[in-house]
Amino acid sequence: MKIVVCVKQVPDTEAPIRIRPDGQGIDETGLNLVMNYYDEHATEAGLRLREQFGGTVTLVAVGPERSREALRTGLAMGADDALLVTDPALSGADHLSTARVLAAAITPLAPDVVICGKLSTDANAGIVGPAVAEFLNLPQATAIAALEMDAAGTVATVHREVEGGIEVLDVPLPAVLTVERSLNEPRYPSLPGIMKAKRKEIGVRSLQDLGLAGETVGGAAASTRLVRLDPPPKRQPGRSVDGEAEEMVAAIVTFLKHEAKVIS
Amino acid sequence: MDFQLTDEHKLVQSTVREFADKEIRPRAAELDRTAAYPADIIARAAALGLMGMTVPEEYGGAGMGLVAYVVAQEELARASAGVQTIITVNNSLVCDPLVRFGSGAQKRRYLPSLCSGASLGCYCLTEPASGSDAMSLQTAARRDGAAWMLSGTKSFVTNGAEADVCIVYARTGPEPGARGLSAFIVEKSLPGVRVGKLEKKLGIKCSSTTEIVFEDVPVPDANLLGEPGMGGRIALGTLDVGRIGIAAQALGIARAALEDALAYAASRRQFGRAIAEFQAIQWMLSDMATRLDAARLLTYRAAYLRQSGARCTKEAAMAKLFASETAMWAAHKAVQIYGGYGFIQDYPVERYFRDAKITEIYEGTSEIQRVVIARNVLEAT
Repeated sequence: MKIVVCVKQVPDTEAPIRIRPDGQGIDETGLNLVMNYYDEHATEAGLRLREQFGGTVTLVAVGPERSREALRTGLAMGADDALLVTDPALSGADHLSTARVLAAAITPLAPDVVICGKLSTDANAGIVGPAVAEFLNLPQATAIAALEMDAAGTVATVHREVEGGIEVLDVPLPAVLTVERSLNEPRYPSLPGIMKAKRKEIGVRSLQDLGLAGETVGGAAASTRLVRLDPPPKRQPGRSVDGEAEEMVAAIVTFLKHEAKVIS
Repeated sequence: MDFQLTDEHKLVQSTVREFADKEIRPRAAELDRTAAYPADIIARAAALGLMGMTVPEEYGGAGMGLVAYVVAQEELARASAGVQTIITVNNSLVCDPLVRFGSGAQKRRYLPSLCSGASLGCYCLTEPASGSDAMSLQTAARRDGAAWMLSGTKSFVTNGAEADVCIVYARTGPEPGARGLSAFIVEKSLPGVRVGKLEKKLGIKCSSTTEIVFEDVPVPDANLLGEPGMGGRIALGTLDVGRIGIAAQALGIARAALEDALAYAASRRQFGRAIAEFQAIQWMLSDMATRLDAARLLTYRAAYLRQSGARCTKEAAMAKLFASETAMWAAHKAVQIYGGYGFIQDYPVERYFRDAKITEIYEGTSEIQRVVIARNVLEAT
């Protein structure tokens, strides 16, 4: 089975995020960058399919040169090879453009299945996976929480967690699947895996290599424009009341009635 | 000069940290209380490649350098110094001498299972009457046909209760001191090997510490490690790596103490403010952070020298000395910052305090490290 997993490098969700003064991005100095958590689950899903059916797991990323580190993590988990599409023209590319580039990189690989995280924890858009499916003209199932393949490896039966229940879908391969975190528990990269990953070549492609022009997929072609990033509003400090118990209760009741207006 | 970890080291660090945070840390207090050997954790650590980190891949190891090893040991010890002790002994006191001095047949026979977790190793040097003066040991082996008959008692053997394979140092020649010693690979299942007293300890409780008694144990000649008379050299060379492993353990304990103290000082309020706002507390935190960084740099340097093939006896002793005293001192300050809460078992700092003490004692006490350092600096003058 030819399995492709899309990977993105994102800031560690536990890292403190500082917005650049121009509001057009985040300050990456000293920021810990990791593989998007959902993509770890996507990689795990790919590795399990390979264990079941044989074949190869290829990781594909679109992003700056530093995205290699995220690919290296996936290789250390056990993926066979990795491809990075990087190009200065991609700076400022929107989700749709990223999906176009991914699709162009994936097409020559002729995969049986493409697996993506359901979203990336930095942009939180959830667009790229479905858009890749559209550009590849493949069926898709999004945010899957369970995956079973028929014995021949031709139809994926997937579960989606929907309001009040579980939706069960049969998806004929080749297809694009985006995964929920509850799908599996990703393995740790093993230490021998890290050493093997070090020796694997990461293929690098420019837009030109993929037959794409910066004007059609790069920042210049973005159909959305980032207006500004703002930090979330600071939490106001709490107010405390002093005095005897009766006075404090009275103050709180007055507050709840007249200021918060949650009781009458 | 570049003070950055490589991408490979960072990946080792994040992987081992995640493993330690998820699978070891939540159980550290319970393991300290029950002193039970965490067989399941060791099995998972082995699956990850942590039991033979520097063993070449052809023998089932991870094939990494000593800097990666140190990075991993710090993460493990931060979660549980007891669990890390089990792991570091297998790596640096058992696998390392096998890799360096073992014959091809010995490596093929013992390393793959020591790396996979199928077997566990221990190191038998110390005896009831020979501690710091290790080369005065009295356990003896005499040649008897194709075997050596080994007799003696070893004490304070880490992993002694669970180990399958022992590296045993014994006197094989009439020469006094180091020159009359040889090293043997002894399978614990051999007749005449008996686990003696199981020690009750102040800290690192989930790793067993036992006496091992050898009574006329027939050790095949094929299990002599290196040549007869090489035992002293093997023991001392192994201690360099062992000391770097203990330095890394001390880093982990010191870091846990600092991290907990920082979090507590920021959240504990007295006199209407967080105690971290008081200079008395800030000075302790500053000194903890500074000493920890200095200890880490010394440890990385020793590991780097060792993996480059350079002599590192002085640097390993310096790293071990400074890091272990930093761990003890940082744990002491962490308890002080926690105040009464630092003295009770609901918080882990009292465990760090108890665990830290051993780092100043085993693989050479602080006094012995100073002797080693003095010998080296005096030689250079």
